[in-house]
Amino acid sequence: MYGLGIIRGLGVTLKHFVATYVDDLRWFFGRISGASGGRYYNADSLTVRQGSQARGIFTVQYPEEKLPVPEEFRFLPFLVYDEDAEGNRQDRCTSCGICAKVCPPQCIWIVRSNDPNTGRPIPEPTEFYIDIDICMNCGLCAEFCPFDAIKMDHDYELASFDRMERHIHNKERLSKSAAYYASIRPVNYAREEAARAAKEAAKSAKAETA
Amino acid sequence: MPDELEKGIPIPPELLNTVAVTTLDKVYGWSRRNSVWPMMFGLACCGIEMIATATSRYDFSRFGMEVMRPSPRQSDLMIVSGTVTKKMVPQIVRLYNQMPEPKYVMAMGACASGGGPFKEGYNVVSGIDKYIPVDVYVPGCPPTPQALLHGLMKVQEKIDGESVRTVRWYRPELSEARPIPVLGPDIFDPRDVETLKNPPSPPEAAEAEAVSS
Amino acid sequence: MTEATQTSTDLADLFPGVATRDERPGYTGAIVPADQLIDFARTLRDTHGYDYLSSVTGVDYLPEDKMEVVYHAFRSAGGPAAVFRTQVSRADPVVPSLVPIYPGADLQEREAWDLLGIRFAGHPDLRRILMWEGFAGHPLRKDWQETYYEEDGKPYKNRWPDGQVYRIEDKQPVGQNATFPEAFDPERWIPETETALYAGLARGGNGGNGHAIDTDTIVVNLGPQHPSTHGVFRMVASIEGETIIDLKPVMGYLHRNHEKIGERNTFLMNMPFTDRLDYFCSMGNNFGYALAVEKLMGIRPPERAEYIRVIMAELTRIVNHLATIGFLLNDLGAFFTPVIYAFGERELILDVFEATSGSRMMCNYFRFGGLARDLPEGVLEQIRELVFERLPRRIDEIDAFLTNNEIVRNRCIGVGVLTRDQALALSAAGPMLRASGVPYDVRRADPYGIYDRFDFDVPVRSNGDIYDRYLIRIDEMRQSLRILQQAVRDIPDGEIQTGKPQYQVRVPAGESYGRVENPKGELGYYVVSTGKPNPWRYHVRAPSFINLTGLGLMCRGHKVADVVAILGSIDIVLGEVDR
Repeated sequence: MYGLGIIRGLGVTLKHFVATYVDDLRWFFGRISGASGGRYYNADSLTVRQGSQARGIFTVQYPEEKLPVPEEFRFLPFLVYDEDAEGNRQDRCTSCGICAKVCPPQCIWIVRSNDPNTGRPIPEPTEFYIDIDICMNCGLCAEFCPFDAIKMDHDYELASFDRMERHIHNKERLSKSAAYYASIRPVNYAREEAARAAKEAAKSAKAETA
Repeated sequence: MPDELEKGIPIPPELLNTVAVTTLDKVYGWSRRNSVWPMMFGLACCGIEMIATATSRYDFSRFGMEVMRPSPRQSDLMIVSGTVTKKMVPQIVRLYNQMPEPKYVMAMGACASGGGPFKEGYNVVSGIDKYIPVDVYVPGCPPTPQALLHGLMKVQEKIDGESVRTVRWYRPELSEARPIPVLGPDIFDPRDVETLKNPPSPPEAAEAEAVSS
Repeated sequence: MTEATQTSTDLADLFPGVATRDERPGYTGAIVPADQLIDFARTLRDTHGYDYLSSVTGVDYLPEDKMEVVYHAFRSAGGPAAVFRTQVSRADPVVPSLVPIYPGADLQEREAWDLLGIRFAGHPDLRRILMWEGFAGHPLRKDWQETYYEEDGKPYKNRWPDGQVYRIEDKQPVGQNATFPEAFDPERWIPETETALYAGLARGGNGGNGHAIDTDTIVVNLGPQHPSTHGVFRMVASIEGETIIDLKPVMGYLHRNHEKIGERNTFLMNMPFTDRLDYFCSMGNNFGYALAVEKLMGIRPPERAEYIRVIMAELTRIVNHLATIGFLLNDLGAFFTPVIYAFGERELILDVFEATSGSRMMCNYFRFGGLARDLPEGVLEQIRELVFERLPRRIDEIDAFLTNNEIVRNRCIGVGVLTRDQALALSAAGPMLRASGVPYDVRRADPYGIYDRFDFDVPVRSNGDIYDRYLIRIDEMRQSLRILQQAVRDIPDGEIQTGKPQYQVRVPAGESYGRVENPKGELGYYVVSTGKPNPWRYHVRAPSFINLTGLGLMCRGHKVADVVAILGSIDIVLGEVDR
């Protein structure tokens, strides 16, 4: 019969359509029975609804629900500072300039000043700018920083009304604490801390034997 | 309903349950912000993230925006998504001129905001705001669909803040069309004719820059 | 390496007295004098079977005062490249055009004229292609500098240690990256119109179709802004009623100067820029570039990295074909339901990319000698679920949904036919070539990575119309699933990077051509290195760009509505067409 192909295709669409209601009902009964928290607005159901077992409506109800980004997600860079118990900040960045050298569109500007007494460079950036209208979110700066000082942030809600004032991020805007970094990238943080501890242990062992 | 309205406009007690009072601005803003029609204007990679925002996972039809019109005559919001090249800029300005008021422009992505990673290219314009006024900038390369939705909510926020008394398109003077840049030996804006005929010599240029900054 | 020297030996031996071996260190192939180029090419094609000209690249050797055009030709039966080149003086570069022999060189020679100023004698239509008529200068020349020029090669010295931040447009008098000739007076300057473009269109004669009524032809511009989702692409068509008489593509609306910026970047910095070429298939783009530079460096990635590369490349193929089928149906008028179904699956694969590389589309995942990082916890499980459970079912569902649809069949069968000989001559690549009956797939003909270990078929169809290109993409998705299932089963543990990760890569002097079978066709990277941190020449052989050579030919005699569908079936992406 002419038109059978179209009808079969419509059957596929009908199947998707019915599946959205069946799926809703499944979640509804799950919520009533207490097995789950309902279809929307909780993180557990979001993981199921957005994974490879997804059936029914595939939508993420932004802004009430936000799809969590994976750990490796990279948006804009940020500078990490260590904070001790008293609240003193110590920038990890030593203004070595590798991130500025490796940045493909050259959007990082660093000013490194010299100590007026000794004439040697201070291992801290005096000024650090990133022009986010040029940054391509490639992550090379974070990948090649030898001091784990610049990392890629997860914050993507940065829309603004004015770019001239706000889109060149200075050091103040870019600095976030190591605790924040640990919260967004736990696996990487744990690995780096382990490596740092191992290096410290090796150094102290060598100092002891020497 | 805000209390000050209830206090300001006296409503007889027998009508309290049958009448709702609001301001014209609120209705005006509410109806416009919930039916923004974007223009289907994907230039480059950000255009694909825009299409991904239109598909089922992020679905901006929940915001009233699923009507993506290809024609500028029927759209409210021009989402400039992708690198703006000199060859394309005359077309973009022409399309902007063809959009009826009220119109908004969103620069999506680093390229449309300020040239992006391709800023040094000889065919790339450093940001569409050199030619048309931009209302919202969404940084990222490309901004993820959730970032774009956040940007669209900012457009809605801007629409909410507008009042019928102060909007541009209800003023008595005529809105002027943006001058369309010309593709000559290189691109130039007709407004810059004087500067091009008598380019300032370098010390003057540095002085002018010092004065303006 | 041995095969390359064999070919170069072959060329110099096969053409004694005409072709001389290229003796520069790291270079392969033969040098042919310009006046004997056409006979050389004809003999190469007819007698020696190199019937597929893949790439034409112009190179500017400023220190030696020479311009060079490099050609890469292949046999459609498979095998390595025949590389030959011709060198002309830089002051007045004229090279005979190879279009009479290999019509696929058409657009590439126009690009060499546009960007480098090499004139091709005998080219049927030598106009600028990526820049506009009237643009002053040939931008890819080494002595051409734009206004925003800062330094010859990155990294720029003024970013560190004394990086006073600035916006570069604030330093220019009109805040533009625009260079004007001396004494340019905009009020007296006369614009160049597009007369050459419109004059080149064939017009039908009045009443030429045998109609009783005298009809008129009109010229219509489709684009650059149009509802089809392919990007800023313009087609100029002369139509009679609804029937196309002639059609010319106009591109360059997204020309982002990838190659000029590429020459300024270091080798590693180019990797994120390759993501933005074919922005659907960023993993595939990275793969090609990594291969080209690894050939120069002489290194190979470890086993696990090779398997992950194949997994990522094949997932990219599925992502791309899903999107293409969705957009093709969009162009046919099925507005958005097939796109939504296809993009739903694509989102799940993009989740895998995001978890591994950090970004959904701009992955920047490959490095020279391996990968940037290993697969995180749980990602292999995600891939396994997709590849064994979800994707086969969904692809079968899309097949059942669309393939036997009468509207699709009526509009696609017999439309936009490209015959086998035309496809080979026009240097079509990828699904376009295979739908026309040429069983050429780079993964089989000239295997790279570890593709020779996998058991998969190369789908071929013989009609060369839109319907066949659609069916080929469904077939290729199924074959990709086969490869993925084998790769996921066999992937070993181990390292993912040969040597230490470095940002200053030492690339020995020489040239290389790295090619991969990207979902849209053969993607090639021609890289010339002089041993410095920045490449000397960096050219991308873009499949979408070259597949467009046949667009005018395929559209003649069809209706305007068919043009949109034909464009959808070629599957172009403007980032690649314009670079």
